[in-house]
Amino acid sequence: MEGFAYLKNVATLALDRGTCVGCGRCAEVCPHQVFEVADRKAAIVDLDACMECGACALNCPVRALRVEAGVGCASGMINEWLASVGLRKKGAGGCC
Amino acid sequence: MSGRPVKPLKIRSARRVSRKADACCAPAADAPPCCGPSVQAKSPPLDERVPGFLRWRETAAGRVAEIATSLTFADRAGAWKARWGIGRMTYIVPAGLYVVGEPDRDAPVVVTANYKMSYDLVRQALAGRDVWLLVLETYGVNVWCAAGKGTFGTGELVRRIEKTRLAELVAHRRLVLPLLGAAGVRAVEVRERTGFDVRFATVRCADLPQYLDNDMTATAEMRRLTFTTRERLVLIPVELVSAAKVMVPVALLLGLIGGLSGGWHLATVLLPAVACTGAVIAGTSAVPLLLPWLPTRSFAVKGAFCGLLWAALLRLAVGGTWSLPGTLLSFLALPAIAAYHGLNFTGSTPYTSRSGVKKEMRYALPVAAGALAVGIAGWLAGTVFAG
Repeated sequence: MEGFAYLKNVATLALDRGTCVGCGRCAEVCPHQVFEVADRKAAIVDLDACMECGACALNCPVRALRVEAGVGCASGMINEWLASVGLRKKGAGGCC
Repeated sequence: MSGRPVKPLKIRSARRVSRKADACCAPAADAPPCCGPSVQAKSPPLDERVPGFLRWRETAAGRVAEIATSLTFADRAGAWKARWGIGRMTYIVPAGLYVVGEPDRDAPVVVTANYKMSYDLVRQALAGRDVWLLVLETYGVNVWCAAGKGTFGTGELVRRIEKTRLAELVAHRRLVLPLLGAAGVRAVEVRERTGFDVRFATVRCADLPQYLDNDMTATAEMRRLTFTTRERLVLIPVELVSAAKVMVPVALLLGLIGGLSGGWHLATVLLPAVACTGAVIAGTSAVPLLLPWLPTRSFAVKGAFCGLLWAALLRLAVGGTWSLPGTLLSFLALPAIAAYHGLNFTGSTPYTSRSGVKKEMRYALPVAAGALAVGIAGWLAGTVFAG
């Protein structure tokens, strides 16, 4: 995203080029222009721009994309962690 | 289309998909969100009381509500209140099918969430058009966050298409969805189950008219997320309000301790409370406002930097008589508080990833907690026990 960049080399996004059919859905749904499609194959051209929203993996018709999508917010993750160590009720917490 | 014009639009996010089992909102697909309203805020029935109601229209699939495309004073006041966290959890409109103008069988179908701000932005953008508006049950959560939770999702969309008998009303099989809804809706599955072709359109509702006029094609700009100063500014009130729930009692407690131990003077009562409040404001307001110009990519460091500036400002203004330990302690505790709030702002930005936040938390939280503990212990030692 222009003017903004988050930590380098942390995004869990991975593309299996062998499975990819080059339909371009990933490039269509990504709001950060992480993909480019050329010669009927997608490529990850800007991994650090990925915010792990999961739209590409969800919409890939052949499931060639994998990403650990989830909450990108600190308080939600602290709640999750508190729940995991039993300091917070599971049903009540774990969320933003 | 998208919820707030901002983080797309805004807010805390949880995103679904190949989610890990421990992920926040991992529960069964299409279940109500675990965050948001604690009391289940399911939308009320669709009747004449829906915002912007004009009249009923008879269609092949029963009557539907025609709604206005201009907002009233009450709509604008409601949006302002929601920005300040007042009644935000019940800012909801009924899910279902609405019409704008007089749509025929070829008119476009636009899909959005039932967060009232999303609904208002979309109907405003559709002024002067004839459109079917399908509002999904997202429990009053905006498109972006609801897509993350899966409530703006494949299951709800399919169910809503069937329930409203949309297929009987339109001759075509195209649905226009907000681009940010793609994190919750699997287009290929929607087509398999309903025959409808999902078009993920634009990030912002404001671009919807041009998208529709342009034969349903979006420019690169329309599909790109932004985080402008204005988009960051509107997030500050709600950050402040949620921080105040902790900040106000803590400030009162600090004032009480200061007064009881050091006597009831301005410097002993007010100063600790002001110092701490300022650090919270540095983290919740200065970080969003100055985001692109603050050093490093880490939100914790950006926050700590603002906290340091605040400590320095305080030292210059009123710290002339501070002891060296007192100065050092304020330079530890205040950046720690601001760093925590800076880190917390990751949840409101449209570009931070879960893995990145996790990495930051792992180093920043222990450091901040340590600095805060030393700062508080030092302050107590200097006031309560020294007195």
